Amino acid sequence: MAVGLDSGKKIGGVVLGLEGITLSFGGVQALQDVSFDVREHEVRAIIGPNGAGKSSMLNVMNGFYQPQQGVIRFRGREHCWMRPHAAAAMGIARTFQNIALFKGMTVLDNIMVGRNLKMRCNFLLQALRLGPAMREEIEHRRAAEEIIDFLEIQHIRRTPVGRLPYGLQKRVELARALAMEPAVLLLDEPMAGMNLEEKQDMCRFVLEVNDHYGTTVVLIEHDMGVVMDISDRVVVLDYGRKISDGTPDEVRSDQAVIDAYLGVAH
Amino acid sequence: MLYREVGQYKTSYAADQALLPILQDKIGIAVLLLIAFVGVPLTASDFTLNSVLIPILIFSLAATGLNLLTGYTGLLSLGTGGFMGVGAYACYKLMTLFPHVNIIVFILFSGFFAAAVGIVFGLPSLRIKGFYLAVATLAAQFFLSWCFIRVPWLYNYNISASIEVPTKMLFGIAVTGPTATSVTRYLVVLAIVAVLTLLAANLVRGRTGRTWMAVRDMDLAAELIGIRLYQTKLLSFAVSSFYCGVAGAMLVFLYLGNAEPSSFDINQSFLILFMVIIGGLGSLLGSFLGATLIWGLPILLRHVPTYFGLSIESAKVDQSTFMILGALIIFFLIVEPHGLARLWQIGKQKLRVWPFPY
Repeated sequence: MAVGLDSGKKIGGVVLGLEGITLSFGGVQALQDVSFDVREHEVRAIIGPNGAGKSSMLNVMNGFYQPQQGVIRFRGREHCWMRPHAAAAMGIARTFQNIALFKGMTVLDNIMVGRNLKMRCNFLLQALRLGPAMREEIEHRRAAEEIIDFLEIQHIRRTPVGRLPYGLQKRVELARALAMEPAVLLLDEPMAGMNLEEKQDMCRFVLEVNDHYGTTVVLIEHDMGVVMDISDRVVVLDYGRKISDGTPDEVRSDQAVIDAYLGVAH
Repeated sequence: MLYREVGQYKTSYAADQALLPILQDKIGIAVLLLIAFVGVPLTASDFTLNSVLIPILIFSLAATGLNLLTGYTGLLSLGTGGFMGVGAYACYKLMTLFPHVNIIVFILFSGFFAAAVGIVFGLPSLRIKGFYLAVATLAAQFFLSWCFIRVPWLYNYNISASIEVPTKMLFGIAVTGPTATSVTRYLVVLAIVAVLTLLAANLVRGRTGRTWMAVRDMDLAAELIGIRLYQTKLLSFAVSSFYCGVAGAMLVFLYLGNAEPSSFDINQSFLILFMVIIGGLGSLLGSFLGATLIWGLPILLRHVPTYFGLSIESAKVDQSTFMILGALIIFFLIVEPHGLARLWQIGKQKLRVWPFPY
């Protein structure tokens, strides 16, 4: 796989910091006192065995879950918890483990929905489709087409998403997230259920997004090859706790990580 | 061969996003509008206008309203009849309070009252979904029906508890009341329906429509993209009720001539819902097709036997109409659950590739 690291990419300061995040559902502790940070322009992976709390972590980051304790620091501002649309407005976009596209709408419409927050024209102008509304629609169509070109999905522009195969749906979901022009992109298992070729394509897209738009990427992935290849830093969760944090090489040789993945003799 | 867009290249996004991007569609709609605005008034009989075209247009508008809510936003409502009633009674009250203002203004303005009531009854929609929301809107229907009977202020303390439409003029021509000709009323209804349908078409293919459909398809993802669910749903309730309200006002002022509370009861709500389901959820064309089928079929069934010289008792005809209509509805839903609009789409697709199968 093509490795896009060390290609002169500048990793900046901390853009998203999580401190002491604790989240529980009733008696179940999903996350316990987890702290880590995400630096600007980096690819940050979250890994861990099943049920480690990875998806919960993403859900906390974009306001879908409210942690009981802890602070989320985004671009220097502290939040006890995010509201989903506020997180979206601040530039956090995400994709889902089990695709959450708008199945009845075309690919183009799905991407245009992603532009929603950037559109300003009021309701009345839209109904009349007068000057400004029309101009806005076209301007955002242009942006959507750019993303369509970027992800190579021109041929399915007008296809309702529900009819697309899985791999393409994943790509459309990435397109929709990109349409929001996010500062931080959260990807929940973007390569799950894909074959090698599709994985390579997806890796290429993730790296290109990171490289080309400078988007910070936080991703959850089970394929260790992919994770070790494309991420700059990795955080490892197990049973809701952080057990390791560092570069892929550091994490790979960490005994706690090896124990969590392979089990320990008692 | 006739219906094919090959060779119609688009060189701008504006052309690509036009309401009717295909030339044949443009011609088709132009011809249809020409027939509707010129051909029909010149040729159609009073019966055709009064009992067929005017009610079909009015119900199409009501179905469009419900389709915006149920088909586009995915919120099932059984309160359509009530919202139509709000429009009708609001128009009536406005007219009695300000008798000198043009009636067309009030017919359109009454939609805003319906929209306000729609927003109030749409408030539970953030918390409850699906069938539970349907039941909540059912409560709206019953409450509004109750108001139309029990609040005499609404019908100006009329002893018969009904509202009578007086004659109102527009540019010296009677548009409402007993002296208005059916052609005048038809043209007014057609103009209002055409304009409002165009606005609805613009809405659903623009940002508003996309947010509605996003909420319909996956509300959690919509929220994470930055769509405010509450505002979106309430806007849908407001616009939907506006359309229903205008349809209700037209129903009384331009079709029935007088209205009783029973005109806006639960049966009306179900009728409109059937039109939307049979026509096609999430399709404006479907609203028109559904209204045409549900309103037109009984009339057709009543009149077809007489063309063949058969005389059947009217009671028998009425009963058999119900049975045939019911059977047809079931048939349609089995054959094409996405409604007539989908059938139309399939037909167009077949035409596009004809004479090849695909």
